Amino acid sequence: MDYAFFQAYWWFLVSLLGSLLVFLFFVQGGQTLLYTIGKTEQERTMLVNSLGRKWDLTFTTLVTFGGAAFASFPLFYATSFGGAYWPWMLLLVCFVLQAVSYEWRTKGGNIFGHKTFEAFLFINGFGGLVLFGIAVGTFFTGSNFSVDKGDLTQLSMPVISMWHSPWHGLEAVMNLRNLLLGFSIFFLARVLGSLYFINNIADDLIVSRSRKQVLRDAISFLVLFLPFLVWTLFSQGFAVQPDSGIVFLEKGKYFFNFIQMPLVGLFFLIGVVLLLYGIFLGAFSKTSTKGIWFAGIGTVLAVLTLLLNIGYNHTSFYPSVFDLQSSLTIYNSSSSFFTLKVMSVVSLLIPFVLAYIVYVWRVMDKKKIDKAEMNEENEKY
Amino acid sequence: MGTLDLSIIDWSRAQFAVTALYHWLSVPLTLSLGFIMAVMETLYYRTGNEEWKRMTKFWMRLFAANFVLGIAGGIILEFQFGTNWSNYSWLVGDIFGAPLAIEGIMAFFLESAFFIVMVFGWNKTSKGFHLASTWLTWFGATLSALWILVANAWMQYPTGTFFNIDTVRNEMTSFSSVLFSPVAMSKFFHTVTSSWIVGSAFVIGVSSWYLLKKRNIEFSHKSILIASIFGLAGILLTIFTGDSSSYQVAQKQPMKLAAMEGLYHGKNGTSLVAFGVLNPKKKMYNDSTSPFLFKISIPHGLSLLAYRHCNAFVPGIQDLLDGNYLLTLENGEQVKPLTTDAKLTFGRMSHQAMIDYRLAKKDKNDSLMAVNKAIFEATSSYFGYGYVKEKTQLIPNVSLTFYSFHFMVIFGFFFLLFFLLLLYLRRKIQNMKWLLWLGIFSIPLAYLTSFSGWIVAEVGRQPWAIQDLLPTFAAVSNIPVPSIKTTLTIFVLIYTVFFIAIVGVITHEIRKGPENIK
Repeated sequence: MDYAFFQAYWWFLVSLLGSLLVFLFFVQGGQTLLYTIGKTEQERTMLVNSLGRKWDLTFTTLVTFGGAAFASFPLFYATSFGGAYWPWMLLLVCFVLQAVSYEWRTKGGNIFGHKTFEAFLFINGFGGLVLFGIAVGTFFTGSNFSVDKGDLTQLSMPVISMWHSPWHGLEAVMNLRNLLLGFSIFFLARVLGSLYFINNIADDLIVSRSRKQVLRDAISFLVLFLPFLVWTLFSQGFAVQPDSGIVFLEKGKYFFNFIQMPLVGLFFLIGVVLLLYGIFLGAFSKTSTKGIWFAGIGTVLAVLTLLLNIGYNHTSFYPSVFDLQSSLTIYNSSSSFFTLKVMSVVSLLIPFVLAYIVYVWRVMDKKKIDKAEMNEENEKY
Repeated sequence: MGTLDLSIIDWSRAQFAVTALYHWLSVPLTLSLGFIMAVMETLYYRTGNEEWKRMTKFWMRLFAANFVLGIAGGIILEFQFGTNWSNYSWLVGDIFGAPLAIEGIMAFFLESAFFIVMVFGWNKTSKGFHLASTWLTWFGATLSALWILVANAWMQYPTGTFFNIDTVRNEMTSFSSVLFSPVAMSKFFHTVTSSWIVGSAFVIGVSSWYLLKKRNIEFSHKSILIASIFGLAGILLTIFTGDSSSYQVAQKQPMKLAAMEGLYHGKNGTSLVAFGVLNPKKKMYNDSTSPFLFKISIPHGLSLLAYRHCNAFVPGIQDLLDGNYLLTLENGEQVKPLTTDAKLTFGRMSHQAMIDYRLAKKDKNDSLMAVNKAIFEATSSYFGYGYVKEKTQLIPNVSLTFYSFHFMVIFGFFFLLFFLLLLYLRRKIQNMKWLLWLGIFSIPLAYLTSFSGWIVAEVGRQPWAIQDLLPTFAAVSNIPVPSIKTTLTIFVLIYTVFFIAIVGVITHEIRKGPENIK
């Protein structure tokens, strides 16, 4: 197992975390539906308590995603966060607002009232998701940065990663493809949120409204995501010459990646089919509550394979449109061989972590949330 | 390429300091109250007495309200290394990033998963599983502290690493050196055990208020007993680990120690300042103005603390920057250490060697590459000195470091006496109003003492982001100052709102009291 193996392994892990995060964004999606699906205080309390048992898992996945990206691809972490300052900072603000909202929303002594924290949850859902999608969009569309390690010894300006737009990342909103991806993730999260409500809440009104909402948001998602996907697959991609490491533009690069990595392509298609089946179950079945599982697994597979597409097969996962040769690949931005090996030993804990999360999920979700529990239970959000 | 706006450094430092201090409002309470409530739930589990369950649930509500504040603050810090300290993230991320990733995988998921069961699973799980969840939440939080403190310790003492001239960054050579570094171990135990004092003071303070109001008498006495024992264990371990931490600081960061003590000129058998007032007229490190207006000293105290030898020479600021002095080793032998002038020379040599190496590499000149690589390897430990223009840049803020250190130690000893007194008096405190009020005021006092420790650690290491390797002025991102001012303002506004909210929520819960919990 050589250096390249570990670099590919860690890109897989970071992509897996990213894909699990997008699935867990059902919490954020659900937050934007509190007043759409919940028409009374009691209904909204059920929705909040349903999401509230899971919000911290999404949050932790986001934090771990950032930590893993730092540890395994520190040049990406430094260049992107230190350059695209505004999208990342605004995204952080959206999540900071969420962190306290569940816990303090209905507590006595909350002088700001429950609507303030519900507004925070909406901001987290809308802002957090759209900004995340725009940031990830730049993985496909490129950003304005350059990297020169020689600058480290320039006493007047020792910073090696430079951003060449005064908007420091906000310029990404002017790129239509980034916006398409941002809003795609927003509507996908709402689909998953509604599917989760169907699975986790025993209330006829909530379930029937959720089923209608699945279809509405699924249509919005498809209308936005399909153009993004087709456009991205067949437009210029950022390819790398294997021997020299020179970065160049190649038309249809991402489409060819799926063809040249058939397993990745196949699992992408499987993911799409599962996602569509989950949507079908949620929107059209009268009784099934399992839509979340098909759509969730489908989401994980589709996002995972899209991220593998941009990292593998001699592709730049974080391209620069300012200076193509500053573009980042899993080979030129990763940590050292030693560090990746050490962390890989720790990564063996991941199946164990997933196992106890699944166990806790089952324990907490084995009985669905209903009005009776909200009336009886003292400990609730 | 332009010139770095130097005010970026101070604004970036201010933002990190503010967000870190806000985070620290929550963390020590999580680390300590988590343990206290887990002990109470264990007593419930073993005795079946519903009173212990009620007590656990009460403290758990306060724990939960506080826990989420820590989460809110923590995420900002995780990402701020990248947003505002990108050069740092690049130069040392190979070592620094690993503990942060491990913290997420090993600790954050543990505390977040079992936190859910702890808060909402009372009627959904068995008593044993719920108890395990409470302990695992506390354990996850403590494990998280381990990894982030390992990372912070590495900033103070960068071990297990080498500077790779080809990749232009520091790279890890030994994970065990990083994890088990003596600085990491003493820092972890010192930070965690000192946090126990905050939770103990919190429980004692709230219970004291109930006793003053003549409410929840039995609840309060039991809570005070558990908290006092825990607090006493905490302060004793804090003192022990504080001693080992100071010893590490003396060995690895002698300038920090000098600032902690306001020491400009050392001698064989240097005194420890028990208490003192610094002379504001002392402007230059090498002027003849006395550094103190007044001080009470313990003879030979600092030599013993710093070098475990009563006549060891403890270098002061001027000795470190200008002087010739002898360093005392563990076996008592005295050697001549490297002077600051030499370190500055080596720093500049390492920079030049890197520049020349890269040029030679472009020209494919192997022999010149080899020569410069050798020079670099010999001097790269002082790479950070290559950025330093004047020696005075190497002096941290002496008054802030000095007063924070002495405040911390003096009130640390106050808490030792305080917990001993509570344990000695037991239920008699019920009728001692002055002591009950002191109990309430011990809450902000504990926080201030805890904050002081962090100020010593982080102000005392300035100007170093990474000791000797990277000063703050080469560690930042090139972000315009107005952007940093804007995000700092946003954070201050948000945290102010949060602070008002949490005070409201917690005081409401305290006023409602445990008697209303089923």
